[in-house]
Amino acid sequence: MTDALATPAERTSRTRYLPWITTPALVLLLVLVWHYYTVISGISAFILPSPLKVWQVWVGMLYSPRAWSHTLTTIASTLLGFFFGMLVGVGLGLVIGRIRWLEVTLNPFIVATQVVPKVALIPLFVVWFGFGMTPKVLVAAVLSFFPILTNTVLGVKSVESGHRDVMTSINATRLQTFLQLDLRNALPYIITGMEVGVVLAIIGTIVGEYLGGSAGLGYMLVSEMNSYQTDGLFAVIIHMTILGFVFYFATGLLRRFMIPWHQSAHA
Amino acid sequence: MSFASSVETPVAATAGAAPIIKLSGVSKWYGTRDKPVHALAETDLDIAPGELVVLLGPSGCGKTTLLRMIGGLLDPTQGRIDISGMELWKNGERQGNAVANLGMVFQDANLFPWLTIEENVALPLKLRGVAKAERQARARELMDLVKITGFERRWPKELSGGMRQRAAIARALSYGPNILLMDEPFGALDAMTRDSMNVELQRIWQETGKTIIVVTHSISEAVFLADRIVLLSPRPGRIDSIHPVPFPRPRGLDVQTSAEFQSLVKTLRHRLAEVE
Repeated sequence: MTDALATPAERTSRTRYLPWITTPALVLLLVLVWHYYTVISGISAFILPSPLKVWQVWVGMLYSPRAWSHTLTTIASTLLGFFFGMLVGVGLGLVIGRIRWLEVTLNPFIVATQVVPKVALIPLFVVWFGFGMTPKVLVAAVLSFFPILTNTVLGVKSVESGHRDVMTSINATRLQTFLQLDLRNALPYIITGMEVGVVLAIIGTIVGEYLGGSAGLGYMLVSEMNSYQTDGLFAVIIHMTILGFVFYFATGLLRRFMIPWHQSAHA
Repeated sequence: MSFASSVETPVAATAGAAPIIKLSGVSKWYGTRDKPVHALAETDLDIAPGELVVLLGPSGCGKTTLLRMIGGLLDPTQGRIDISGMELWKNGERQGNAVANLGMVFQDANLFPWLTIEENVALPLKLRGVAKAERQARARELMDLVKITGFERRWPKELSGGMRQRAAIARALSYGPNILLMDEPFGALDAMTRDSMNVELQRIWQETGKTIIVVTHSISEAVFLADRIVLLSPRPGRIDSIHPVPFPRPRGLDVQTSAEFQSLVKTLRHRLAEVE
């Protein structure tokens, strides 16, 4: 009985805290290798700046209002694009997961939005919507909706037939079955799709800023490159990486609150 | 033939009371027009209020098909099913007022993993718009009946198979149906848990006075539980014979070692071997 009542969290408590030690250790190792390589090889700082220099530039960025304004622009476009990607991904996924003919009809077009080189669409979006926020939001949405959609469809389709029998036998309406069964069953899948989708949304936004515009971290990257500030380039990349982590883990936190019953919430 | 002495005519129910479940010429065909499968031949059966009837038969005899048709999960190809005098199927549509008298329990507990045990038990009441305090009180009452008090806030995965099945029984009873339909309810449990669950089911049946139909392929389970055993034979599925079980209630597990019990088990086993 005690074993049956042990939560997965208790069983995996040892591996759970392992990353808190291994991650800093590995990062430290990487930085040390990087540092000594730049010292020993005498490589030009223009090709590979030392980690210390990159660190100084990045800390400098944190005190620069200009850098923060670019960061906020990127965050805003990412969140907005991700929001629309989710709206379409979850909405469409819930519908075509239940209606087979609609899925068959729409599938070629959904796949088409993914196999077309999306980056190639950006100039077109710029032509249509200018250099403002809209094309970035659009790219972020187009990139992020697909994993959310496919996972939502999978979630709806993986409802156990026995669970449907229960809803039928207790006289549930179609709407009740949809809300209490299909949607709730799909939730862990949707969150998985969101984790992938939010990372793609950042990439979409940054590539959009990179190719056309005058604001955001992608734009900052280009301007550092154009002024031959390799250390600045590195600092922006690190900045973006941290931003990506924040978004990813924030999405992962949803597991704890929205699906506390699911295995994955305790991993 | 020794079994003949214990065979009633299939239609007869307990004398006097009007049947709570009445099947008239119910049959089921599966599949396409090109390759139809005759799952159940025309079947008549009356079940009296408060009866505990077991449908016993080999796989493919249509016992689950029959139960799912009575439960409103599967529409009969022909014939008529009446639940408490209300027609269950009209033009292939299940009738809500008849379904409200039915509770179902399946081989898997089929609890929703995202709801706690108490929420699972109370789900049918929630869908019926019962206020939270009231459905909580009702759920606790039923959890007490099936003896899983203390597990209100647990997730289903934290309970053993037997406990989960108890919760499933509580859920099926939550909205007060008169009839409980059980499709191999303890088939997935180990032998010892299965024995104790059968004793528990008998107790719950005696305390609540529900009409219960249990589908099983275990002969000893059928003899232990049933007032009447309906033996089905395959290809196509149909009622072969009906065997009343006279042992007094409440039956303890010891009844299984008695000579009468063994003799009835033997009779049924021989008959099953003949029809298969």
